[in-house]
Amino acid sequence: MRIKLTFWRVVFLVIMGLGLYSTFVRYFYGLGAVSNMTDQFPWGFWIGFDCLCGVMLAAGGFCMVGAVYLFNVQSLQSVVRPAVLTAFLGYLLFIVGLLFDLGRPWFIWHQLIYMNPHSVMFEVGMCVMTYTTVLFFEFLPSIFERFNLKQPIKWIHKFYPVLIVLGILLSTLHQSSLGSLYLIMPSKLHPFWYSPALPFFFFGSAVAVGLAMTIFESTQSAKALGRHLELSVLVRLGGALLVALWVNALLRFEDYFHRGMLRQILQPSYEAYFLWLELALSFVIPITLLSFKKIRLSPNGLYLASVISLFGFITNRLNVSLIGFETYVGHHYMPKWTEFSVTLMIIAMGFALFQIAVQYLPIFPGEAVAQKQETKVNVARPMSSPVFENAGD
Amino acid sequence: MSKALLYDSTLCIGCKQCEQACATQNKLPYNDSVAAEERQSDHKYTVVLTKGEKFMRRLCMHCEHPACASVCPVGAFHKTKEGPVVYDVWKCIGCRYCMAACAFSQPKYEWGSLNPRVRKCIMCPDRVLAGNPTACAEICPTGATKFGDRDDLVREAQDRLRQNPSAYVPRIYGLNEVGRTCVLILSGMNVEDFGYPASKKIGDTPMPEYTGRVMERVPDFIPIWSLVLGGIYWISHRREEVAAAEAQEKAKETKNGSVR
Repeated sequence: MRIKLTFWRVVFLVIMGLGLYSTFVRYFYGLGAVSNMTDQFPWGFWIGFDCLCGVMLAAGGFCMVGAVYLFNVQSLQSVVRPAVLTAFLGYLLFIVGLLFDLGRPWFIWHQLIYMNPHSVMFEVGMCVMTYTTVLFFEFLPSIFERFNLKQPIKWIHKFYPVLIVLGILLSTLHQSSLGSLYLIMPSKLHPFWYSPALPFFFFGSAVAVGLAMTIFESTQSAKALGRHLELSVLVRLGGALLVALWVNALLRFEDYFHRGMLRQILQPSYEAYFLWLELALSFVIPITLLSFKKIRLSPNGLYLASVISLFGFITNRLNVSLIGFETYVGHHYMPKWTEFSVTLMIIAMGFALFQIAVQYLPIFPGEAVAQKQETKVNVARPMSSPVFENAGD
Repeated sequence: MSKALLYDSTLCIGCKQCEQACATQNKLPYNDSVAAEERQSDHKYTVVLTKGEKFMRRLCMHCEHPACASVCPVGAFHKTKEGPVVYDVWKCIGCRYCMAACAFSQPKYEWGSLNPRVRKCIMCPDRVLAGNPTACAEICPTGATKFGDRDDLVREAQDRLRQNPSAYVPRIYGLNEVGRTCVLILSGMNVEDFGYPASKKIGDTPMPEYTGRVMERVPDFIPIWSLVLGGIYWISHRREEVAAAEAQEKAKETKNGSVR
């Protein structure tokens, strides 16, 4: 069999090549050689993007599992498997990213024996570890189905309620705890982003991102695989996203209001520019777009609004983890190209694994199944939508 | 009884013997070029800074409630009852949360190492446990760095402030900052001018409380949230079960009816 060289395959190979070079530098010359992290900036791009954004972007898994299995919104059934797959891959790659960032990754298992229950990092570590296991079990049925193993599917179905509750519990805990990590730095993190409500913001935005990410990946994979797109599902997700964005925006506003920051955030400053960018991308533009019914009912409009809000929340995480520290430190931090290339490699691996999984496993429902669900959507009880929207709170 | 260091910058002559003694104690290289380095690093745990005729030492503050110890996922840092905050390198996984969390930015990293360690002043725990002063206090020719019981040193610092009020900024830095530290500083200039965080900014609240407020809720949150989630699951699926059961019953009834 000959593998054809397409444009994207060449890009993939280049990214992998540069990434492997950076990996070599990381493990043979150390963190100092591969990154621009310093004693003043001990957490760099890998924590800001790979960890904070990575976990956030994998939130679609628990959002969709919650909507479909917890709230029993059957009409969204078709997006659960891709969302769980994305989440599972996301967490695996997050752990890969951690192996780059940790100074002594070979001792990562120390978490299990030298536990410090007061540490937020410990909580995040344990939750991520357990949740990745849960995601593995949630993902297993597609493998069993592929090989036509009926008995194990039955076993897993017996445990499904436990898996679902456990998965959402763990997600609530660690999505919010990633925000709690920064609670101990009140004197370092800029007041635009330091807030006692950080854990709530991180959880709330994870739910919004979970919805936006599901719209993004459904549209994207429909395009790539030439699948028929279920518009009704997207429209329903878009409605929920609008609600989630509003809730998040209100939370942020309340926080600035109560801390008396409203005047300050309007005055131009280095930090204010980044804050404006973040607020515009995550709230103002997508909320405005989604408020138009025409856009909310069109696949392209939904896709655009989702992608913009994703960029907004990525900006938020980078502001919290990098930009917010620059005034305290007194100089800027710009990641080295090798830091970017490791991150790019990890993302490329994610795309490749997703594509392989989609190709060989029953992730997306077959055309026949899709049609059946399309008709099912039409008769779906309308009352399930407010229940689902509550998931955004 | 907790031991502490009192550093009085008005007595300091900037001889940097403390730097050298620290390097010797910790088996670190020390020469003219290291002496000229004006900042702390993985090979320089303490530094004497110069501003005109004034000097200021920087070193780990050995907080009563250290942020580094509370944030470490593997508990590689701990506060000893004698005062020093010490580091167990064999536990460390290298997450660097201690560095990010420390209000004084004291932990430094071996960025060039392939098996890097976190480095900071550990207040010579071997000496302190044996009842001896730290290396820096022992060598100080003017008594600018003084070792002793924290309570005694606080009293002495207060006496100095009272006897010579014109020489000092009227405060003991570390007395209440981040809920008390085991390094106390008296100075004729604001310590903030030498890179110490402002007292107002770091406050008197022990740093671990900021995360502790959230972490202490977790044990309650887990069972409550599980119950809520389980309840939602039960309710949303119960409706379906009831509908299915009703439909079955109806089917049975009509069947029975037709038999009769």
